[in-house]
Amino acid sequence: MSGEPATVGRYAPGTDLDGFRIGERIHSGAMGYIFRVTGPDAGFPMIMKVPRVGPGESGEGLISYETESLILPALSGPHVPRFVSSGSLAQKPYLVTEWIEGESLQQKLEGGPLSPDETARVGAALADAVHQLHLQDAIHLDLKPDNAIVKSDGTVVLIDFGLAYHAHFPDLLAEEQRFAAGSAPYISPEQILGTRSDPRSDIFSLGALLYELATGELPFGVPSTLAGLRDRLWLDPVPPRLRSPGVPAWLQEVILRCLEPRAEDRYQSAAHVAFDLRNPDQVVLTERASKAEQANVLEQARRWWRARGGRLALHAPKPQRREAPIIMVAVDTMHPDDERQPALQRATFQILSLSAEFRLICVSVIPAGPVTEGAGESASASGAYLDHIVRLRHWVEPLHLPRRRLSLHVIESASPENALLEFARRNHVDLIVLGAPHPEQVRLAWWRSVASSVTANAHCSVHVVRVPEHTGA
Amino acid sequence: MIIALLSDIHGNLEALEACLRHATDTGAERFAFLGDLVGYGADPQRVVDIVAGYAARGAVAVKGNHDEAIAKTPRYMNESVRAVIDWTREVLSTDAKGFLASMPLCVREDEMCFVHASAASPERWDYIDSPSAAQRSVDASRSSYTFSGHVHDQELYTRGAVGRMIVFKPMHGRSIPIGKHRRWLALVGSVGQPRDSNPAAAYAQFDTREEKIVFYRVPYDHLAAAQKIRNAGLPQAIAYRVEKGV
Repeated sequence: MSGEPATVGRYAPGTDLDGFRIGERIHSGAMGYIFRVTGPDAGFPMIMKVPRVGPGESGEGLISYETESLILPALSGPHVPRFVSSGSLAQKPYLVTEWIEGESLQQKLEGGPLSPDETARVGAALADAVHQLHLQDAIHLDLKPDNAIVKSDGTVVLIDFGLAYHAHFPDLLAEEQRFAAGSAPYISPEQILGTRSDPRSDIFSLGALLYELATGELPFGVPSTLAGLRDRLWLDPVPPRLRSPGVPAWLQEVILRCLEPRAEDRYQSAAHVAFDLRNPDQVVLTERASKAEQANVLEQARRWWRARGGRLALHAPKPQRREAPIIMVAVDTMHPDDERQPALQRATFQILSLSAEFRLICVSVIPAGPVTEGAGESASASGAYLDHIVRLRHWVEPLHLPRRRLSLHVIESASPENALLEFARRNHVDLIVLGAPHPEQVRLAWWRSVASSVTANAHCSVHVVRVPEHTGA
Repeated sequence: MIIALLSDIHGNLEALEACLRHATDTGAERFAFLGDLVGYGADPQRVVDIVAGYAARGAVAVKGNHDEAIAKTPRYMNESVRAVIDWTREVLSTDAKGFLASMPLCVREDEMCFVHASAASPERWDYIDSPSAAQRSVDASRSSYTFSGHVHDQELYTRGAVGRMIVFKPMHGRSIPIGKHRRWLALVGSVGQPRDSNPAAAYAQFDTREEKIVFYRVPYDHLAAAQKIRNAGLPQAIAYRVEKGV
């Protein structure tokens, strides 16, 4: 490095700054420096980020630092580092946060591509993190292998919010396209055109990361020119299966759907990506899954022409928050003729009609059979399992839903309420729909406690359906 | 210290009382009135009395174009607005008119500048309706914080990475850090006559210690306020605006 900027002096190892003892410098980049620090006992390891400031610096580091200092304190949960403290921007800019112990996706990739199972596992954890961020009205906008840390328990933590967007705050990076567009191999087409407020941009980057995890290669290479960057407005990537024949068709479907140039053709929610990565058998395969080559020259020319005049198409209206809900309906396939079933169907239909981009998950919990020996959700070979899948399909048929909006699950468990709660939480369900206990049916005692227990303990909203009481005189 | 920023009350007593109650309940310790106490609404006298009372206890109160028009009707006002100004002049006491005339156009205090329209030329009543208009006002105010009204929308301006002012539409009740290392221009919205199809009164609070601003929308009995305008014989269109928030 040529000439240490003045900012570094204050941060020499061993120095104290506002109660933090500066430790080893672990990173030095274009935007700034990162030091390990110790200090007021936070109960977890900490780092201090310091932007590059001073004469000769571009100011990019400072604006990213300011953006991160604005956004990080407003975020919470297990998928972001905890904010500790920040210094006055005018006098001594620094940001102290939790240090996330784990392996970055970059480090993971150094060992070559991951197996499809591992790609799905890590990818789902990454999608969980992105979804939780989006639920907080924030968009990362710079998802890349360096910025996703896999902890030892498999949780993914997103780091570096220097280019992020938060709907509650002014976007200091608005209109900034020189550096704020993110990292070239991973950014979405609309980011290249200057859009910074569409959460689906993160879905595109998620697709690029999945592509790299599965194949070890980048979907669009490493473009170094603006023209090269803009290729992704119309050029489709080499299908992952062509690069790595071991990639299953369903995984290619998921990856290419994330990488659609037009945001409205992608998954509309990271929760849907996580769901598909965890439920490969429920992924509906389209022509994306079977693509064995890039589009031919004529088709590419057509797309290029469309992209050229079609800036507007890429700026399609973004979905309102939570407009792509995951709705889970608990169907009691043990009692298919119960009089509550039509009421549950009606309620489900009404709820679905309020949203165009929903995903409906039909779940039935049946008692764990002796053959399965207490196995969880796994598809046991028992006839009972298939029988209940058939009943679920029959239940949902009258709603006439496209297959891609729907998935069916039979879970064997001794505790239906716990099975439902766990399944709902793991799959980012936004609304649980289930029947109220029937006042007169004592034989449904097994089911009776479920509605109240689920209502009391769910992480999301619960819609309890009741058959209207007949108040006959 | 939390300062409540109230602008464009426009003679709407119900809206003013609702905002003052909300501000007091949420910890406001100081008050700044950013002009246009009168015009449009049916309770100019009561509104001026209340604001004059706060001003006597140290509140900031700057003049708006409607307040100025009480002394001399300007040519640019249209007929229905003129009708209200003429009516307001009739019903206001001499003391109230004296108070309106005595308000300064602009007040600077510490890092803050309070002005009804643009700090660049307060007497011209220019609207802050573009990034360049915002830039001119901020340049002239020479303060970290410029608080204004006149434009009835709630907006927050600051300088973005590209060097131009960027505009942000705040969400109700969300606290926004606005550090004094950069310059901010906040348009606090209108207490008495919001125009974004939401009839709820608009105002903001600035926390000087935390360097944070919060924009609020406060529901109040806007139908009663609209009815009073009709009962006073003022133009129908003005009652309609208050009723619908347009």
